[in-house]
Amino acid sequence: MGPESFKWLQLLVFSFFYTYVNCSSVEKKIYIELTNTVPCVRLLNATHQIGCQSSISGNTGVLHVLETDADLEWILSTGPHPPYMVLMESALFTRPTMMKMKNTSRVAGVAVIHTSTAPDKGFSPHTSCPNQNMGVYREQYGPELANCNQTVWNPLGNDLSYEDFTFPIFSLKDDNQTQIIHKCFEQHNARVNGSAPQYPLCAMQLFSHMHAVTDTVTCMRRTDLQNSFSVNPEKLCDPLGDYNVWASIRPLNDSQKGHKENESVVIAATRLDGRSFFWDIAPSAEGTVSGIVTLLAAAQALYPVTKEAQPPRNIIFTFFQGEAFDYIGSSRMVYDMEKEKFVIDLDNVHSMMEIGQVGLRSGQNLWVHTDPVSRKNTTVDDVVKTLVSSITSVASSLNLTLKEPDTSQALPPSSFQRFLRSRPIPGLVLADHQSSFNNRYYESLYDTAAYMNVNYPPDLTPEQQLEYETEAAKSLSEVATVVARSLYKQAGGDDRYLNNITADTKTVAKLLYGFLIMSNNSWFSSLLPPEALGRGSILESSPPQYYVGLRLDNSVKTITSFVQFILANMTGTVTNLNQSQCQNPKSVPGESKDLYFYTWVSGPVSANGTTEPYCVRAPVRRVKALSPAFDLLDYGSTEYSTWTESRWKTIRARIFLVASPELEMMTLVVGVAVLLVSLLVTYFVSSKAELLFSSTREAPNTTY
Amino acid sequence: MTAAVFFGCAFIAFGPAFALFIFTIARDPLRVIILIAGAFFWLLSLLLSSLVWFIAMKASNTDDAKVQKGLLIFGVMFSVLLQEVFRFAYYRLLRKANEGLSAISDEETSPISVRQMAYVAGLGFGIISGAFSMINILSDSLGPGTVGIFGDSQYYFITSALLTLAITLLQTFWGVVFFEGCEKSRWWVIAVVVCLHLLVSGLSLLNPLYEGCLPPVYVITVLMAVWAFFSYGGSLQNLSQLFSCKRSEVESS
Repeated sequence: MGPESFKWLQLLVFSFFYTYVNCSSVEKKIYIELTNTVPCVRLLNATHQIGCQSSISGNTGVLHVLETDADLEWILSTGPHPPYMVLMESALFTRPTMMKMKNTSRVAGVAVIHTSTAPDKGFSPHTSCPNQNMGVYREQYGPELANCNQTVWNPLGNDLSYEDFTFPIFSLKDDNQTQIIHKCFEQHNARVNGSAPQYPLCAMQLFSHMHAVTDTVTCMRRTDLQNSFSVNPEKLCDPLGDYNVWASIRPLNDSQKGHKENESVVIAATRLDGRSFFWDIAPSAEGTVSGIVTLLAAAQALYPVTKEAQPPRNIIFTFFQGEAFDYIGSSRMVYDMEKEKFVIDLDNVHSMMEIGQVGLRSGQNLWVHTDPVSRKNTTVDDVVKTLVSSITSVASSLNLTLKEPDTSQALPPSSFQRFLRSRPIPGLVLADHQSSFNNRYYESLYDTAAYMNVNYPPDLTPEQQLEYETEAAKSLSEVATVVARSLYKQAGGDDRYLNNITADTKTVAKLLYGFLIMSNNSWFSSLLPPEALGRGSILESSPPQYYVGLRLDNSVKTITSFVQFILANMTGTVTNLNQSQCQNPKSVPGESKDLYFYTWVSGPVSANGTTEPYCVRAPVRRVKALSPAFDLLDYGSTEYSTWTESRWKTIRARIFLVASPELEMMTLVVGVAVLLVSLLVTYFVSSKAELLFSSTREAPNTTY
Repeated sequence: MTAAVFFGCAFIAFGPAFALFIFTIARDPLRVIILIAGAFFWLLSLLLSSLVWFIAMKASNTDDAKVQKGLLIFGVMFSVLLQEVFRFAYYRLLRKANEGLSAISDEETSPISVRQMAYVAGLGFGIISGAFSMINILSDSLGPGTVGIFGDSQYYFITSALLTLAITLLQTFWGVVFFEGCEKSRWWVIAVVVCLHLLVSGLSLLNPLYEGCLPPVYVITVLMAVWAFFSYGGSLQNLSQLFSCKRSEVESS
C-alpha cells in the first residue's frame, strides 16, 4: 500500500467518524428547538407545592399570541383548536390573566417574552407579606403586628410566584428565535377575517416535568424510601440552601464552639439571595445587591481602623443565604448558636445591625427600623435608644437625614427577626423605605441595575466601566460610611477615630459593576484562587444571579464565593507563605487554621499577562446554610424553613406544525385498507398459483 | 405526527411486503434464506455506493447547493447501477447454488426453480430497500409534529410511504424479469430493467413535486406487474381459466 492509498484510507476512516455527528434530517424539517428558555419549576414546602408542571411527554398546544382581550376570549372560550399555548409579552403577565388561564383546561402552557421595559406601575410576583409565618411576629409575640396587619411591606405583591400552575410557563428572551415564533404564528395561525385558521397549525411543545408532588413531607418520604430500598436511588427533591459567609474583626477560634468567655459581639448582617418567578434567574439589584455592596464597603472601611484602635466589642459581618425562602441562613445560624455549634452563642451577642434595601434613597433619606415588642423591656429599649442616637449623630455629621419611623411599627422582613425569635436582642434594620418598600419590583426580573440607576455612559470599555463611579455608587458609599461608623460606635469604639472611617467610592463602584453588570472583570479575577478561573471559570460576562438554589455535592454558589473572597481581601493580610504552606499552615509557627482562613489567590494580571499568586490569611469563614428542619428530619416543621426544589429530567421547548386529525385518521384508514387488501390478494393468488403460473412445472433451463 | 400516522404509514409501506412474506415465503426455510441473502446483497450495494457518494461529497468540499445536488444525482445513478450489478451477481450465485441444491436433494431436480428464486430475491431487495427508505421517517412520524414549518409539504409522510410501497413491488417485479432475461440470454430485458430503475429513481428526485413523481411511478409499477406476470409463466388463458373455474364452482355449489 503506497502513501497515496494510505491517505485515502485515512480520509475514509475520518469520514466515518464525522457522520456520527449528524442527526436525522427529517427531524430537522419538522422541529425548531428553542434554546435560551428559562422554565418555572416546582418548589415545595411543608404544606404546599408552588410553581409549574408539565406532563412527562411535554405539553403541546396550538400557538396563539395574546395581545388583546379578544385574544384572551379566543383562548379561553371561542377558539376551535384547544388546548392553546399562549405567547405573551411580559407586560401582559399579570395576576388576573394568569388566574383565568389557571382555571381552564384550554391552556396547555404559557411562554412569556421578557422585554426589558418594566411596567410603570410596578410588578412583584412575591407575596405582599414576605416570610410572614417565619418571622418574629406571631401569636405569642406582637400578634397585632403579625401577618402584616399593620404595615403591608410589599403592597404590589401579587402572589404569582406562590401559585400552583398545572401547565408549564417558560420565559423567552426577545431575540431572533422569538421572531421565528411570531412568523410561524402569522403564517399559519393568524385569523383571516375573523374565521378560524386552517390546519396545519403552528404549535409549541414545552417540557418541564417535575418529579416531586404535594409537599416536602411527601417528597422526602419518597426519597427516603428510594434510598433505603432501591439499587439506583432517585432523588425527587432537594432542600434549598447554600452557605453563609461571616468575618470578624478579631479572629475567633473556630475549633471551640459554643459560648466564648468575655466576648461581646455586634453582628452586622445582610442577605445574599433573591428570587423571581422563573428558575435560577434573579437580578435582585435593589433587593439584595444594595445590601451586600454596602456591608462589604463598610467592612473595608472599618477594618484598618479596628486594627489601630480596637473597640472593646468584636464585630462580625454576616451574609445570610436563602433569606427569600423563610430565612434559611439566619434560622440556621440561630439554631447553631442555640445548639453550641457556632463559634459564639446568643449570650455573646450584644446587638445587631442589619442592612436592608438601601439602594433607592429618595431625597437622601435613610430609615432605622426597630422592633416595638422587644423594646417594651427597658434594658433592651435603653440599648436600642443608644444605638439609634449614635447612628443618627453619625448620619447628621455626614449630612444625611436618618429618621426613625413610628416606634409602634413592626420590623420589615429581615434576618434580625429570626434572632429576636430566640432572644430579645437590641438591634436595628437600616432601609431606604419608611413603611412599605420603595422597591416596586421586589423579587422580580425587573429589579435590575437600570432600576437602581447604575448606568454607564455608552462609550466606555468594560475596564473603564469597572472604575466609573455612578450616582448609585456615591449614594451607597455614603450609606456604607454611616454603617461603618455606627458599627464602630456600637462596638464601643472611641469617637476620635470616627473620621478615619470612610467608605471608598471606587471600591463601591467596582463592587456594583461586578455584582450587577459583569462578574468577569479584572478586579474579581485578581481576588479569586487560580482554580476558580481558567477553564471552569465561575466568572461570566453577565451579571451573577442571586437565586439560592441547591447544594449538590457541596458545591458553592458563585455569589457566595465572590463575597467570601472579597471579604478575605478586605479583612485579610497578605502573608509570604508559599502554596503548600498556604494549604497546610499547621507546619508554620505563628499561623493557625483555627483562627484564620488561608487561601491562595491569583493576584492582579501584570502587563505581560502573568499573575503572581499569593497567600491571604483572613478571619473569614463559610458555614453551611441548610434549614434545621432537614437536620432534625422534621419536614413538616412550622418553626423552620422547609423549602425544597423538585428534580427534573428534561427542560426544553420546540415549535412545529401539527396536522389536522382528519388527515391523520385518513392515513390510518388507508394503511389498514392497504394491509387488508394486500393480505386478501396475496392469499388468493398464492392459493391459485399452480393454476395461474402453469409453466412452473417445467424444468429450469440450464443457461449461463 | 402521532401514532395514527405511524401505523398508517407503516401499513401502507410494508403491508404488501408483509402479506407476500407471510403467504409465500415464511413456510419454506429455503426461501427465507434466499430472501435474507438477497437483502444482504442489496445492503452491500448500498454500502459501496454510499461510500463513493460520501467520499465525493467530502472531496468536493463545497457548500454550494448546486454542486451538492449534482453530486446527489450522481450518487443516485451510481447506486442504481451498482444495485443492478449486485442483482446480477446474486443471480450468478444462485445459479451455482442451484446445482448444489439439486445434487443434495432426493429428487433429480432442485427443490426450488429459478423463477421462484427470482421472485424471492426480488422481494428481498424490495423489503430491505423499503426498510431503508422508510424506517427513519417512521420514527419521526411518532412525534407530535408534522413536516412543514420550513415550507415543505405536509403530505411528506404519506407520499414517502406510498413511494416505498411502489419501490418494494417494483424491486420484486424487476427481480423476476431480470432473472428471466438472464436465463434466456435476452440482454435487452436487462437493459430495460436498468433503464426503468434509473427512471424511477430520477423521478423521485423531482420531489417535492409529488404530482410529478407518484403517478408515473405507479403507472410503471402496474406495467411491470403485468410484465412480471407474463414472465413468471402466467397467461391470459390461465386467467380466464381461473375465472371460469370459479364461476363453475360457484354455479355447482
